[in-house]
Amino acid sequence: MSTVEATAADAPAVVVRNPVETRRRIRVGVIVGISALLMLWMWVTTKSGDVSFAPTSPFDEHQLSPITFPAQQTALISLLIMVGLGLACVFTRGAVAATLGFVVGVAFLLGFLCWAYAGQPLPITNPLQGTLSYATPLIFGAMAGALGERAGVINIAIEGQFLAGAFAASVSATVFGNYMGLIGGAAAGVVIAALLALFAIRYLVNQIVLGVVLVVFAGGITSFLLDQIPQDKQLTLNNPVVLQPKAIPGLSNIPVVGPALFTQTVLVYIMYASVVLVTFLLFETKWGLRVRAVGEHPTAADTVGIKVKWVRWQAVLLGGVFAGLGGAFFTVGTNGAFDKDVSAGNGFIALAALIMGRWHPIGATLAALFFGFVFQMQNQLQLLQRIPSELLGMTPYIATVIAVAGFVGRVRPPAADGEPYVKG
Amino acid sequence: MNEQAKTEQPAPSDGPGEPPVARNAVANLSAYLPTVTLTIASIVLALLVGAVLIIVSNDDALSKFSYFFSAPLDGIKAGLNAVGDAYWALLKGSVGSGAALSGTLEKAAPLICGGLGVSLAFRAGLFNIGAQGQLIAGATAAAYVGFTWNLPVVVHLLVALIAALVAGGVWGGIVGLLKAQTGAHEVILTIMLNYVAVQILRWLLGLNAFQAPGSDNPTSPVVDSDARFPQLFGVHLGFYVAVLAAVGVWWLLSRTTLGFEMRAVGANPDAARTAGMSVAKAYVLAMVIAGLLAGLAGAQQIVGHQDPLTDGIAGSIGFDSITVALLGRATPSGTVLAALLFGALQSGGIQMQAATGTPLSLSTVLQALIVLFIAAPALVRAIVRIRSQDGGGTVLAKGWNA
Repeated sequence: MSTVEATAADAPAVVVRNPVETRRRIRVGVIVGISALLMLWMWVTTKSGDVSFAPTSPFDEHQLSPITFPAQQTALISLLIMVGLGLACVFTRGAVAATLGFVVGVAFLLGFLCWAYAGQPLPITNPLQGTLSYATPLIFGAMAGALGERAGVINIAIEGQFLAGAFAASVSATVFGNYMGLIGGAAAGVVIAALLALFAIRYLVNQIVLGVVLVVFAGGITSFLLDQIPQDKQLTLNNPVVLQPKAIPGLSNIPVVGPALFTQTVLVYIMYASVVLVTFLLFETKWGLRVRAVGEHPTAADTVGIKVKWVRWQAVLLGGVFAGLGGAFFTVGTNGAFDKDVSAGNGFIALAALIMGRWHPIGATLAALFFGFVFQMQNQLQLLQRIPSELLGMTPYIATVIAVAGFVGRVRPPAADGEPYVKG
Repeated sequence: MNEQAKTEQPAPSDGPGEPPVARNAVANLSAYLPTVTLTIASIVLALLVGAVLIIVSNDDALSKFSYFFSAPLDGIKAGLNAVGDAYWALLKGSVGSGAALSGTLEKAAPLICGGLGVSLAFRAGLFNIGAQGQLIAGATAAAYVGFTWNLPVVVHLLVALIAALVAGGVWGGIVGLLKAQTGAHEVILTIMLNYVAVQILRWLLGLNAFQAPGSDNPTSPVVDSDARFPQLFGVHLGFYVAVLAAVGVWWLLSRTTLGFEMRAVGANPDAARTAGMSVAKAYVLAMVIAGLLAGLAGAQQIVGHQDPLTDGIAGSIGFDSITVALLGRATPSGTVLAALLFGALQSGGIQMQAATGTPLSLSTVLQALIVLFIAAPALVRAIVRIRSQDGGGTVLAKGWNA
């Protein structure tokens, strides 16, 4: 914890004594200090031997030879990088600090992997494919959230949209074929979005309350409907054919990343497109300017003739399409049949990704990928059984707490986010 | 920060904030009347929507509706029968007999405690989605003390309860502390800590110390008989403890300086800070007390309901607590009434499922619909044509940080 004391002692020497900055330094210092101590312990307990990284999965056509490196030495290097750059991170700010913080995080991960995998026969497999699979619904959900919240409507109901989308996608895919499942899922997402818009925009309901209620409602109604499907009709109503991956010619042949990124289901390709689309719509079009205007300062937007409520409706409904597709991922995209609570809280994680990404589609996507990566690592490390899988299971959530409390802190949401607009 | 919860009455003659406290019984009643009509109207509307779902789920009614245009009476009759049967079973299963009634009260007990926790945080301007996690923490502590320690009769129960309170309070306090120190949003923190609590519980249940002897299942033994709530008038003591807790929260909020500070911070943190109150202190204490209450809800399940500790111990109580608090408009008395209603819906729902085959999930749908209608008084007024008392305005809630 010496870092902390050093920070507190050195703070008065800084040219501008900004209490906010000092607190940030203490926060970052505490986190870097704790993780460096953890790393120190891991380096001491790392077994000797080599660790290898397999860039291709055993099922790929083009096999690349694994990269091998000595565990203990790499762990030591990680520790040194963490201490050095961590200290630098405490005394810098802005983009430099962010970059340094990122490198410190990567060093920690590297050291941790050395500790976990040393003396194990398994190679570290390429986590790209799994990361993407975990992140896809999160990104869809975050896009829905970004659209709504940029327009000033808080969307906590992403989880509810996921559940409705997953159920509708499963049923419509079973009845009409699996691509119709995507349309069914999107439509169900829009239905929940319409409820959200109706109550939030027309009836001025507290939007956080509304979101929670809609999650309960969607959870109740989907399990009610599932109970209505008798056992003997499960096969004809709730048994979709899962979407099959399709390779994009050319791109899928890129080594290492190609098979992971470009041999995917159509839903994942739609996800790529949706990130581009939402970013483009929000920041490059007239409509996006209007959306952001009604989210930041609805009165001003109204004064220049923008129909505030109508623009909010449009943004929330469009978001519903993405959230519904995200829900479809849980049934036609991966698991097949709908089961109760199939989205297992992912909607809330998508919300966390949106806030960590500071309400920006690209930021939210990166945050969602981070979550996906942590989930995937948890999945892989479970096989080693060095750490109880339940404790590994909480790392994504603890990582979120650390990220939100330590690095993100007070984020600035759109100014009018959550405030119903009443024409004065 | 200031999700001004639904604390305002539709017709507050005494200004916003606290409901008018017994100054004049008649004036008091007339101030509450619109709220009561609105609440009843919302419940009726929710039951109507539920009726449609029951008809849709009833094969007999559905088959008769298929020839609706040739013989409409058949369909309507079958539909009404199905709805009547289901709701009659619901009513009978919730209040129809002494056993049913005590079932309802025992279901309501943890909801009262959890709902109070959410309500209290609401009043301090915090949206506590973490009742689930705090409840798990409390239940785990109560169960561990309850089945491993050997203590004298009354002491054992008390120590188990205190353990639950402390564990819940710590789990809630973490959120308050992080919020006050770093500004991290409590919605994200509580959601994440809910998951962390479940994972810790799963890990503990894998250890021998927590598993029932001679079993490898992730289930603990039931607590010792001297660490259980005794029965009193057909209901376990926990229900009375929950009602006492409601009185305590009422006293805290409306009769103490701390409660006043919490409400002031909830109403306007900037103004409270200017007035010399510590916003950080209010946040931390509100979350600690909210955690205590949710921890008590967890203890209710363990020492009251005598469940063994499993990873599903919290069920949906954590989330139901939020809807209970919303329905109760974040007041202690409202929370108790709302918890009783939800307890009746859940307890009766089990009977309904057994008697008529209407799934229990209908209860969940009904709960969500009731809260949804309550939260949108303008909609209910438009449907049932209650004369608008306050110009049709509702609670203008703020968002993430304003």
